[in-house]
This record gives sequence, structure tokens and C-alpha cells, in this order.
Amino acid sequence: MEMKLKTLYKLFFTFLKVSPITFGGGYAMLPLIEREVVKRRKWLNEHEVVDILTVAQTAPGAVAINSAIFIGYRVAGLLGSIVALFGIMLPNLLIVIIAIFMYFAFRDNPIIEAVFNGLASAVIALIVYAAYMIGRTAISDLTTIVIALISFIILIFLNVNPVLLILGGGFVGLIFSKLKVTRKEKRKNRRRNVS
Amino acid sequence: MIYFQLFWNFFVIGCFSFGGGYAMLPLIDRLVTSHGWMSVEEFTEVIAISGMLPGSIGINAAVFVGFQTAGFTGAALTALGMVLPSFIIILLIGKFVQDFQDRKFIEQVFYGLRPVIMALIIFSAIKFALSMEIITSFSWKSTSFLIVFLIALGFLIFKKTHPMLVIFISGICGIILYY
Repeated sequence: MEMKLKTLYKLFFTFLKVSPITFGGGYAMLPLIEREVVKRRKWLNEHEVVDILTVAQTAPGAVAINSAIFIGYRVAGLLGSIVALFGIMLPNLLIVIIAIFMYFAFRDNPIIEAVFNGLASAVIALIVYAAYMIGRTAISDLTTIVIALISFIILIFLNVNPVLLILGGGFVGLIFSKLKVTRKEKRKNRRRNVS
Repeated sequence: MIYFQLFWNFFVIGCFSFGGGYAMLPLIDRLVTSHGWMSVEEFTEVIAISGMLPGSIGINAAVFVGFQTAGFTGAALTALGMVLPSFIIILLIGKFVQDFQDRKFIEQVFYGLRPVIMALIIFSAIKFALSMEIITSFSWKSTSFLIVFLIALGFLIFKKTHPMLVIFISGICGIILYY
């Protein structure tokens, strides 16, 4: 029991420590998490962490938070996952709330307004960059180009809920992947029949 | 009532935010503007602040919205709603999926899902650009916006500059250009 408490305590502080130093989102956090969990604490080996990070990237939600939940679970079960989640979220929540107060205090200041005007360009650049990064794995063939184009057209002309679009995309992906597999098999069978 | 609304809506967003923080932005944007909680301009500022802070940009923005709509309780419920789906899904995977044999299935779903997410993100970028009047009118302001945008994007893609640094420098550009 005491051992368990000690592990929970360590889990909490490990993720608490990793959390506020990671600007730039989840992917910046991953190498740090790996170093803490594999090298310093020796909770998991490298293979386990790679598997965990894969799941963290496929499950919905922020990658870093997903990894914390999964690592916490692997190290100390349900309690471990809760403790790790709170550890990684608490500092950011506090920082965000402080930032909100500062925003309301200073937003009518002309200098701050000018700063925000400058930031707007960077924010849009960051969003386009995020699209570019996803696009590098998303756009792999003609089908994926067509899917992207059709969703884009739907977004512009129909006021459709993005959730429906995401569901539809997953469904279409599943169907087309299955079709491709069967087409390949057919081709193989035909070749076999000819020879 | 607003508490339940916040929790439930962000729970749904949490369920479908595949692709990390930036992919959450179009979903939050749609929620916020359709409920009239914020204007697109306000939400763009929220995203700017969220991007400057540590942690996931999507969750930061969500917490911001929750706080502005219903104070501390709102912020806490929003954060909870946002991470609860991840929590449940990951525990289920941890308990039942041993060797990730379902990877093929997941890969097939993601084959169609990723292009949609890309389209969503580009669409939200265009929406923000429109709200800042970058594309709609030709003026000194819109031209300078476009120049800062292109330089920032170039540094992100070709120089792999840290997002934090890009945000910081563009803030300084803002003071120089618009103050």
C-alpha cells in the first residue's frame, strides 16, 4: 500500500513537472515524457512507450494528455491514470486562468491591441501549418485528395456539423480501404487463373 | 443549465477531436459561434492566447471559453468534458486491446478521416482570415497581415521554427506595424 502511494505521488509530480515546460503542444512533450518515464523512473521500456504513444495519437484528444493517462494506467492502474491526468492538467489550467484575467485587464490597451493584430497573422499561419503537417500523412493518393476536396466544398456551401463530416470521413475511409483490398485480391486471382 | 450545456458540448468535441489540439479548433469555433458565446474575432484572440500558453492549444481555448461563459465552475466542467472521452477510450484500450491487433481497422478509418480533418483545419484558417479582414479588403492593414502571415508560415514549414517563437515575434511585429 505504501509502495503504491509512493508510485502515485511520483506519477503526479512527474507529469506536473513535464506539463508547464512544454510550449507548442503535445508533440513537444513526447520526448520529455519518454525521458522521464523510461530513463529516469524506469517504469516502462522503450517498446511499451512507443505503443503507448501510438495509441495516444489515434485516440481523440490532446496527444500529451492521452499519453499521461495511458502511462499512468500502465504504471499504477485506474488511480495511476487519474493522478497522471491531474498532474499534467493542473499547471496548464492555472496558467490559462491567470492569462484570462490578464487578457481582460489589458485587452483595451492600444499596445495590446496592436500585439493581437500581429498575433492574428501568426495564429492563422500556425493553423495552416497544422493542416500542412496533417496533410503530409493525410494526402497519400487520389482518393484522399478527393475526400479532402469534397469535405472542403461541403464546409463552404453547407452548414454541416464537423462531427458528421468526421464520422463520414472515417466511414468512407473504411469502405475504400476494403474495396482496395478486394480489388487487389481479384487482380491476384485473375492472374492466377490466367497462368 | 449552462453548466450541463458546457460539459455536454465539450464532451462531444472531446469524443471527435482526432488529430490533436489544432483539430479541436474548428469544432470549438463552431460551438462557440453557434451558441453566440463569442464572436469570431474574440475567438481568434482566444486562440492567439491559447497558442502562447503551454499545453494543448485546443484545451486551453476550451477552458477559456468555459471560463468566459460560466466562471471557474465552467472552466473546470469544460476541461473535464474535454478529457473525459480520452480517459474512457484509453482505459478501454488499455484493458481490452493487448497487441493492438485492431491497428489495421484503425488505419483504414484514419485513411478517410485525416483528409477530412485537414479540410476542417484549412477551412477554419480561412474563416479566421476572413474575420480579420485579411482577404476581403485591400488595404495597408490587410497587406501587412498577409506579409506577416507568409513569413510566419515560411519559418514554420521550412525552418521548423518553434511555434512559441513565431507567436512572440509576430506580436512584436504587431507593435511595430499597428501601434
